[in-house]
Parts: sequence; structure tokens; C-alpha cells
Amino acid sequence: MLKAKHKTGLVFFPAFDWAISPTHPEREERLLYTQDQVFEEGILDIDGVIEIKPDLVTIRDVQRVHFCVPDPWAVMTESHFISAGGAKTIGMAVAEGKVEKGFALVRPPGHHACRVVHGARGFCNVNIEAIMIEYLRRAYGIDKVAIVDTDCHHGDGSQDIYWHDPDTLFISIHQDGRTLYPGTGFVNDMGGPNAVGTTVNIPLPPHTGDEGFLHVIKDVVLPILEDFQPDLVVNSAGQDNHYSDPITNMNFSARGYAELTAMLRADIAVLEGGYSIEGALPYVNAGIILAMAGLDYSNVREPDYDPQKMRQDQNLSARIREIGSLVLENWRNRRLNSAHMRINKDCGRRRRRIFYDTDNIFETQEETIIVCDNCPGALRIDSSSDAGNRILAVHIPAKACDNCRRQGLQWYEQADMERFGQAFLQDRQADEFKEKRP
Amino acid sequence: MIIGLDVGGTHTDAVLLGKSGPVKQVKIPTDSSDLFRTVLAGLESITEGIDPRRVRRAVLSTTLTTNMIIQDKVPPVGMIVAGGPGLDPELFRTGDHYHIVAGALDHRGREITPVDRGQVREAARSLARRGITQVGVATKFSVRNPEHELAIAEMIRDRFENVFCGHQFSGHLNFPRRIATTYLNTAVYSVHKDFFEAVRKSLAAKGLNVPIRILKPDGGNMSFEASIGHPAQTILSGPSASVMGAVAFAPKDAVCLVLDIGGTTTDMAILIDGVPLLAPRGIRIGPYKTLIRSLLTESIGVGGDSVIRIRDGKPIIGPRRAGTAMAFGGPEPTPTDAFITLGLSKEGDAKKARRAMAQLGRKFGLEADDTADIVFTAACRQILDSAAAMVDRINSKPVYTVHELWEGQQIRPAHILVLGGPAPCFAKKLEELFDGPVSVVPRWQVANAIGCALARTTSELTLFVDTALGVATAPGEHFTRDIAHDFTKQQAIELALELLREKALRRGANPDHLEMEVVEASQFNMVRGFTTTGKNIRIKVQVKPGLIHGYDPVSETMTNDL
Repeated sequence: MLKAKHKTGLVFFPAFDWAISPTHPEREERLLYTQDQVFEEGILDIDGVIEIKPDLVTIRDVQRVHFCVPDPWAVMTESHFISAGGAKTIGMAVAEGKVEKGFALVRPPGHHACRVVHGARGFCNVNIEAIMIEYLRRAYGIDKVAIVDTDCHHGDGSQDIYWHDPDTLFISIHQDGRTLYPGTGFVNDMGGPNAVGTTVNIPLPPHTGDEGFLHVIKDVVLPILEDFQPDLVVNSAGQDNHYSDPITNMNFSARGYAELTAMLRADIAVLEGGYSIEGALPYVNAGIILAMAGLDYSNVREPDYDPQKMRQDQNLSARIREIGSLVLENWRNRRLNSAHMRINKDCGRRRRRIFYDTDNIFETQEETIIVCDNCPGALRIDSSSDAGNRILAVHIPAKACDNCRRQGLQWYEQADMERFGQAFLQDRQADEFKEKRP
Repeated sequence: MIIGLDVGGTHTDAVLLGKSGPVKQVKIPTDSSDLFRTVLAGLESITEGIDPRRVRRAVLSTTLTTNMIIQDKVPPVGMIVAGGPGLDPELFRTGDHYHIVAGALDHRGREITPVDRGQVREAARSLARRGITQVGVATKFSVRNPEHELAIAEMIRDRFENVFCGHQFSGHLNFPRRIATTYLNTAVYSVHKDFFEAVRKSLAAKGLNVPIRILKPDGGNMSFEASIGHPAQTILSGPSASVMGAVAFAPKDAVCLVLDIGGTTTDMAILIDGVPLLAPRGIRIGPYKTLIRSLLTESIGVGGDSVIRIRDGKPIIGPRRAGTAMAFGGPEPTPTDAFITLGLSKEGDAKKARRAMAQLGRKFGLEADDTADIVFTAACRQILDSAAAMVDRINSKPVYTVHELWEGQQIRPAHILVLGGPAPCFAKKLEELFDGPVSVVPRWQVANAIGCALARTTSELTLFVDTALGVATAPGEHFTRDIAHDFTKQQAIELALELLREKALRRGANPDHLEMEVVEASQFNMVRGFTTTGKNIRIKVQVKPGLIHGYDPVSETMTNDL
């Protein structure tokens, strides 16, 4: 009888009654054919593959990561509580050793959701991986985590949340930001002054195929993971690098995704984007599950797959190799790069405009991080949206030093409440979230 | 009048039910080496002295096909399967005569690769050469489009006695289970058919020309004629006989736990508002996971004759059975000895029972009475703990919509119904331990046979509509109809119910008492680019398992009998 090599847990939550809008790519139908394929292949009957019912996340879980404006209820629907809950459920099953590997096949996705949330961007409202990871850190004492984001779009939300965290290695492999939403994620974006190097961006040119992706995993991502030695590896498993995806321009195949999964050996995968709902998702998801469980995926193939047509151009391969070397060079020089960055006295300050494409909101942020040698640093964000909300968000990391903790508390206590409609304190040391209004 | 007959592992129970109450009941030993004789003996003794013209039908539940499969005594039959991309169909091999041919459909039933006719001919030649007469055909996604299965069947039909197609047996997706289900149906066909034809002939020779119906594991019955096409739907019908025997006495507006306590095992099931819960996928029997619909029942190794071990100073009951209780001359102390010692039953040799408890009590340093109490309490507690674990498993079943998850109601049994040999003794103890009423099913010793007799004819049907392709398909019904692009979910539901009605009538249901229900009705807009190209509609309907009308009063009378 068919038996999984690695006991694999699956949370499958297709949210068959939830859509952003009737014809939006993020609609009821999205995982319908994936369900059909997974059921018809009998994958849930395989010994060692178990389906787990998702639990909901709590407001506390959300506020460990996010500052929701004006509150979580305003930016989340029931579906977001379940989708983040699906990731959390899988994370718990892995952390407790109930399963070796876990895959949260849930929607809606989350990797474009930043620390401050005024609404939805890139189909995402809250960052489901970050909510899971911060819960696991709190509940199971997990320390170093690596996220490998293989969605075709830059995981700008996850990058934002972990920009200043040296204990979270965030690697995003995506279609070059000059050719695709959200337009960010370049090789030299390497993290804030306290965490230079632990953000790794690998922008790939359009039409990258199996060869390019697998080269990047094997020769760039795996060596970096080997250096970083994470306690937990999470794959943000977007499936829109597929050659049939309607909103991207890559040439990755279902077989390629399965191989990537087998090479990466992530502990947990969480579904992100992927909108070729008939031509790709059923096969990619079947491939990923089989690869995670350590089963043979060599016969998983799209009906229209033609390896000849998908062969990668030689020039393209050369360019991908160059990008890979550049990324590796940055990684090896991360201490030097950090020293360079810190020469600039203003390196702890950022002023940014963030666009919420899904909800059509503009946010302006002024961010201040305490440049610190002893901890990830206290973080202060002054955020206003063109919807009229201005808030102050203060984050004290779990490993904050005494100075940074004092600074964080002071920022919150001394907030000028004539300027801000709300002030928030995310005190991760005390695992508390506070809020005040004028 | 109706005959109900349930062949169990040790006993065969039969009842004769009239409109105004049970006329007769018999219990005979089962001869598992000769089920034919057992069934005939049961039918003969229950009809002795009865005018055969007054018997409307006989409903039988036997272990014939179950035993064949569990004892691996099925005759060799052939399988031809086509899977295409995905898991290798070789993984689901059913035996030596298993042939994989090229051919593939996608999840909407569109052809990816045509069936390789050359390979089919080669497979058929090889099967025929080896003397195979029965062949099953299963292809991936055949429930979305049966054309490949039908084409293969058509090509080889002339060479074999029977060819079965996978889509006939279930509308559910699951290719490995479809292969197993097709195989089992093909494999038990001849034995099942020969057995019941022989039963019918023997009865006819004795002037008993009653129509025969056969109980299914989903708590419904089908006519013998219908069973010929679905012979594997006769497996594991035993537990459903007991559950149906309890249905008449279940509260109509509460969750009820049914316990059928036997000598070796206890079978557990759940009734919600008087309707038994069905298993989510299908029966698992021996090494086979199937698409055969069944009631959700679980069996644990705790019964009246279970042996008692001691772990950490506490008694553990079962799962082994060494023989009967010591009170009946058996070799080891059992829960039966415990309740006899406690004075809950007057049967057996009370002195022997007490000796059994005293013997066991020395290991605890307790007197016989105290020992009997902790043993019997432990047995009941083990049953209740297992039932609680089963309920947890039911409650943790995944759901796929926001609504279901958010509103998801948890079931909690509020009532227990007990049947089986030692039912009244167990009920007394269970009542102390359970927070809610515990009642014994009237005529608990033959309630299974009564359940058999009163079970309704059930069936289920899946309808799949793809308005972009302009087609509605009901696998198993040989139904494919071109439909308009503006076909609606409501029309689909109506069509599904109409097809279900026809199917149930074909299987022998009473047209006036069809309790049909929609199990699932979902509709998805299929959007390609930014326009809606069609709708994908999925409907599942069923005749609810339940009791036939007109005989319900029988059960009521029986309640009053007590």
C-alpha cells in the first residue's frame, strides 16, 4: 500500500463561498479543480497523509504581527481568520510533532500584507505566514525561521514585517519588479540596519523556466539556508510562476514545482498566489503534496505540457546565473554591507508610500528603527492613509534590549494624541497589545 | 408480513413482522462453512406454519461477500484501468490480472489522451487466454465523462461474460477507490448471484415465492435484481441492520449514540434526529478502501465475553475473547461474570461467576463484589471513551466553506440506545456513567433482524453540470444530456431528484414514501479572463436511510409490549 515517507499534514480550505468580487482571480472557483484532482488521485487516502480541520486565529494572534487600522475586524473577513488559522493549525501540528511536514492549502493568501494594515493589497489583508510564525515562536520557543517565498510576485508584505529581524531569513524568488506587481524586491534590498543580509531578493527575468528556478534553489537558496541554520523553514508556495498563469510571465511547470519542493525540504508550505486555476493549480498542488510526503511525483504532468516549448533560452540562463552570483556575494558580505549602511546616520529612518491596489488606498509611512548592536531594535511607524487615518505604531521586539524597550514604551506613552487618531503598542516581550485614542 | 433475517458471526436472527406487531422471532446458530444452509434454515423456521401468501418479502443481511473478501477467497477477475498523468495506477493493482492502458481525461472530463485500443485488445486477449470471465474497467475522472470506460467495455464485451464499469458504482471522485470498488463488484458477482438464485429456487420449491431484498451497509435495501449489478453493496451490512433496528426508538430531535454490544465487540453509530450518520467516504474492508456507501459505524473490542488484563493495577477489557464467560463454562473471567456477580442478570451459573471475580480480585486485593464493580465500570467506561473519541473524529471532519466552518455545529450525543445480547445489563451501568438517558432497544436480541425488515430502499445520485461544455452527467445512470447555457442550479436539483426517484423505484422503493434530500448543491461561476464562461454545478441527492412507513406502528406496539 502507498505510504508517505514523511508524515504530512494538510489543511485544505478552499473557501468555496468567498470571493473578493465575482470575476476577481481570488474567487470561489479558485481551488475547485485542485480539490477535484486531489480527491480523484486519492491523495487523502495515502497512509501518512492526513487532513486537518483548520482552527481560527484569534485577535491576539493577528496583533502579534499587525497594526490593523482602525482594528482587525475592519480589515478582515471570516475567511481571513480561517485562512490564517489554517496556517497556524498546520504550524502547530508540525511543532508538536504530529506530522513531519505540513501544507496549508488555504485562501485568501497573505504575503503582500505589511506590518501596518489599512486594507487589502495584492489580494492580501493579513500575512498568514507571519501570524503562524509569531504564534509558533511564542508557543513553542522556535527561534530562527527561514521563509522561502516562491510566489511569482515579490513577497513585499513578508519582507516589510521581517525587514528588521535578524532571526528571520526572508528569501523571495520572483519575477523582476520592473515587469510585475508590486514592483519591488531588488537584489540590493537586503534588510534594515539591524538585519542586513537576512532579507534576500532574487528577481528573475520573465520566461524563467524549470532550469532557472531549480538552479536558484540548488545553488543560491540551499547554501544560504545551510549558513543560516534555521529551526524552521516555511515555503510561501505561490503557484503563479506556472507557464499557464494569466497574470505573470514565467515558464515553470508542475513537475518543476514538485522538484523545487523536494529540494527545499521545507517543514511547512503555505499556499500563496496562483491563478491558472484549471491548467496549473490541480497539478502543481498534487505535485507539491506528493513531494512533501516523499512520494513519487514523476508522473504528475499538465495535459498541455511540452518540455521543448518551455526550454529556457541560453542567454536567459546566463543572466539568471549572474543574478544568483550577485545574491550570494551580498550574502557573504552581509557584515561588511551592514557596516557600510550604518555609516549613514539616517539609516534608521525610512519614508515610504504604500499603495493598496485591491482597496485603492494610499498610505504614507515614516519609519524609525533604533540602530542597535544588542537587539533587533525598537520600531516606530507614523502612518497615514488617504482614507484619513493617521496612527502611531510602536513595536518592541521579543528580544529587545533594555534601552530599546524603554525607548519603545516612551514613544507610546508620549505619543502626541492631537496628531494621531490612534496609537498602538505591540510589546512582544510582554506579549501585549495596547491601544489608545485621543 | 415481512421477514427480516440477519446472519451474524455466531447467530442468525430472523423475525416475522406483521402490521400490528412481531409475529415470530427465531435465533439459530450460524454455520459459517455453509451459509446457504444457515439462511434456508432461518427462513424455513421463521415461516413454519405461516401461509406463504401472507409474506410480502424477505430482507436479508448476510456475511457471504464480506467473508469472501476478508478471507481473500475471491475468484480471479480481470481489471483494465487507464489513469494518465498523476499517481502511477500500478500502485493500486488488485491482483495478477491487472492491465494498465493509455488514455486520460482531465478534471472536467475532457480528453487528454485517447484510449489506446491496441493495448485494450492486447489486455483482453491476455485475460481471455488465462480463462478470465469477469472484467472490471476503471478510468480516472470517469465520473465526469464515462466515455473511456464505455469504449473499453464495448470493445471487450463479446469476449467475457460480464464487464463492469467504475462509473456505475459511485459518482464520487477517487480513482484508487473506484478501482477497488470495481474490482470487488466484479469479483463477488458470480458467488453473490449464484447464492441468492439458489436461495430463491429452494424457497420456490417449498412454495415460498417471496421477493428477496438485500440489506446494504448504508442502512437501506435493494431488490435482488438490482443487487446483481451492484453485488459489492452487500458487504458489511451487519452493523447497519442493528443501527436500523434502533432507529424507531431514537429521539426525533436529539443526537443519539447507538451501542450494539455483543460477545466480542461493540459497534457504535450516531443517529441525528433519528437519522443515521453516513461515513464520509466509503467502506474499508481488508486491504481495500472503496466508494461503497455505508453508515458511519465503528467497532471496538469490548464485549460481554472480553478477557480482562491488569495494567498499573487497573482492569483493561478486551480486545481478545477466549471463549464464553466462566459463568457459562468459559476459561477466563469476563464482564459477563462481573454483571452476573452484581446480580444484574439471572442467567448463567452465579457461583461460577462469583468465583471468577474472586479469582481476579486476588490480584487487586479486593472482594468479588468490589472486583465485579470495577471490572464492569471499566468495561462501560471504555465503551464511552471510545464513543467520545469517535464523536471527536466526526466533529473534526474538514469543511470547505466559510459558512460551514463559522457556523459549524458540534454534535454531542444526549441519549444512548443499547441493543445486543447483554444490552439491559450494560444499560444500567452506562446510565450511571453517562450524563443523559440510556435506554434499551425493545427486543434487543433480535433488533438487528427487525432493522433489516424495516429498512427503506435507499440510493444516492450525483449530478455534474458544466454549462460551458453544455452537458449534464449523472455517472452510473448512463445519463448524459446536452443542456442550455442558462441552465440553473434549481433546474439541476430538480433533474437530480427526478433521476434519483427513477433510480430508487428501479431498486424497489415504494413511490409514495420516498424521502429524498439534497445533500450538496454548489454552483461555481467559471470565469476565464474577465468574463463568466459558464457555471459548474455539483448536486448530490439521496434517499435518506430510514424505516418504511406503515410498519412504524409495529415498533410502537413493541415498545408497549415491554
